[in-house]
Amino acid sequence: MLAPLARIASVTLAFLAVAAATAQEQKKQPPPEFSSGYFPPTPTEPGPRADTFATIDVAILIVVLMLGTWFLLRTRSRTGVRMLVIFSALYFGFYRLGCVCSIGSIQNVALALGDPGYRLPFTVGAFFVIPLVFAMFVGRVFCGSACPLGAIQDLVTLRPIQTPPLVDHTLGLIPYLYLGVAVLFAWTGASFIICAYDPFIPFYRLGGHWGVIAFGAGLLLIGTRVGRPYCRYMCPYGVLLRWASVAAKWRVKITPGECLHCHLCADECPYGAILPPTPAEPADARAVARRSLTRALIITPALMGSLALLGYAAAPALSTMHSDVRLAERLWAEEQGRVRGTTEETDAYRQLAQPFEVAYAAAVKIRRRFDIGSALLGAWAGLVIGGKLAHLAIRRRREDYETDRGGCLSCARCYMSCPVEHERLGLITLE
Amino acid sequence: MAEDVRNGTPPQGKEASPTSTHTRRDVIAGVVRIGGLVAAGGALGALARGERSESTVWQIDPSKCIQCGKCATECVVTPSAVKCVHAYALCGYCKLCFGLFKDKRTGNTLAAENNRCPVDAIKRRFVEDPFYEMFIDEPACIGCGICVKGCNRFGNGALHLQVRHDRCVNCNQCAIAKVCPSQAFVRVPASRPYLIRTTRHGA
Repeated sequence: MLAPLARIASVTLAFLAVAAATAQEQKKQPPPEFSSGYFPPTPTEPGPRADTFATIDVAILIVVLMLGTWFLLRTRSRTGVRMLVIFSALYFGFYRLGCVCSIGSIQNVALALGDPGYRLPFTVGAFFVIPLVFAMFVGRVFCGSACPLGAIQDLVTLRPIQTPPLVDHTLGLIPYLYLGVAVLFAWTGASFIICAYDPFIPFYRLGGHWGVIAFGAGLLLIGTRVGRPYCRYMCPYGVLLRWASVAAKWRVKITPGECLHCHLCADECPYGAILPPTPAEPADARAVARRSLTRALIITPALMGSLALLGYAAAPALSTMHSDVRLAERLWAEEQGRVRGTTEETDAYRQLAQPFEVAYAAAVKIRRRFDIGSALLGAWAGLVIGGKLAHLAIRRRREDYETDRGGCLSCARCYMSCPVEHERLGLITLE
Repeated sequence: MAEDVRNGTPPQGKEASPTSTHTRRDVIAGVVRIGGLVAAGGALGALARGERSESTVWQIDPSKCIQCGKCATECVVTPSAVKCVHAYALCGYCKLCFGLFKDKRTGNTLAAENNRCPVDAIKRRFVEDPFYEMFIDEPACIGCGICVKGCNRFGNGALHLQVRHDRCVNCNQCAIAKVCPSQAFVRVPASRPYLIRTTRHGA
C-alpha cells in the first residue's frame, strides 16, 4: 500500500521538477518563427583602432625626439623646442588623450614582469624604451619636447623663481619613492596609480575626478612660479631619464664659447638645473666631505634594513589597494558576522555562486606578493635616502656654469640668456 | 666619484684633472650606454615573446555584469565607450520589450514617456506583425545598463553592455575597471575583442 504511494509521490515530484524547470525556461522568451523570411542580424564588432594609431604614435614620438634633439643641440633654438612642446600638448595630449605615455608605461613593464599572462604591448614597450635610449645619448629631450605632461607645465612657466637647494633636494626624493610605490602596485596587479593620479590628464580629456582636477590645477598654479613641479618633484619616469642621461654623450652646452661667469643662465633656468662654478674650498673640505660620505655609507644599510621591516609590517595595509584583497576581506568579515550588511561587490561575488575559498586563496596569493614587494619598497626608500646623503657629501668641481646632467629638462631656455650666444649670432659684440 | 673629491682641494691637480676625469667619465658613460641598450633590448625581447599571448583590450564579461551604472559615469570618453549591444540571436522579440519600456507605465500606454532609456537610444523597426526589431542608437547610448536590467529581468538578456572598441581609447588602467564592483572588466585578446552573449541570461 505504501509502495505505490511512494512511487506516485516520487513520480509527482519528478513531474513537478520538470514542470518547474520548464516554467523557468518558459519565463525566458523563445524566439518566434518569422513568416516573412526575416533573420535576426548579428551584432557588429568594430575592431580596436589602437593598432594603427599605435604605430603612428611611435613614429611621431621618434620624429619629435629627433627634431627636439636637432633644435636643442644643433640649431640651439628655443622657438623650435617651443613649437614641439605645443605640438606634443596638442597631439599626445588633446588628440590622443594622453594615452599611451612613457610615464605610465613603467607600470606596464612592472605588470609584465609580475604577471606572466600579461604581454607588454609593442607600443607601450616602445614608449618606455625610446625616450630612455635618447636620454642615454642626448639627455632628457623627451621631457623638453615630447612629454605632454611636461608640455602643459612648460607653457605655464611664466615667472619662475629659483627654489632653494634644500627644497630641491628634499622634494627631489619624492619621485624615487613614487616610482617604488607605483612599481609595487603595478607588479602586484593592484592598481596603476601613475595613471589614476595623473594630474594633467583631466585637462587633456576635459573631465575627470574632481580631486585630480583640483590637484592638477594646484600644480599648474604653483607651476607659474616654481617651474615644472610635477617633473621635478613627482615624475617617476624622470628618475629613469635622470639616470639614463647621466651617461649622455652629447648634451646641452650653455655657452658656445668661453663662459663669462655672468650667472645669467642660472637665473634664466626655471628648473634649477644649472650648477654654478664651485667656490674655492677651505683646506679641510676634503676631510669633511669624507666624513659625511662615510657617515652616509654607514647609515644607508641601517636605513634600508629598518625601512624594509617597516614596509613588511605595512604590507597588509598596502595590499588592500588590490580589489581582490578588499573583496576577500569583506567577504570574510561578512561571513564571520563582523560587519552588518553586504556591499555591491560582495553581492556580485555571491551571484557568481563561486565558493568563497576561491576569493580567499586569490587574496592570500596577492598578500604574499605584497609581503615581498613592500619589504623591497622599504629597502628602496632607505637606499634612496642614503644615496641622497652620499651624493650630497660628494663635492664636484666645476670651473664654469654647467647643466646638471640628470636635472636638465632640455627646454633650451638658457641659450639666449648667454651673452656669448648673442655674440655668436652677431647680435652684440663683446669687448 | 671618489676622485672628484680628491680633485676638489689640491690646487696643483687643477690642470691635470679636467682631461683625466673627462676621459674616464666618458669611458664609463660609454659602457653604461652600451649596457643600457643591451639591457633595454633584452628586457623588451623577454617581455614581448615566449608563452605570452597577444596584446589585450578591455571588455565586459556579460555574465558578471550587474548593471551598476558606473560604465555611464566613469569612462574617460564622453559619452562612455561602453554601449548596449543587442545579441539578436537571443532576442525573444517580446511584444512588450522591457528593455524598451518601463515596468510601470503611466496610463499603461506605449507612449514615449514610458521608455526606459533615459536618452532614448533604443529604437525599433517593424519586422512583421507583431514583432519589432530593437536596435541601439550607438552615438546616443550612454552605457547606463538600465535597459539591460529590464531585459535580464523579464527577457532573455539579449541586451547587454560591451566596450565598443571604435570608441574605447584602451586606457592603460581602464577607469571603469577600477571601480567595477563585480570585476566584470577583463583584458581580452585584441583579435577577439568582444564577449557577445551567446546564451540566455540565467540559462
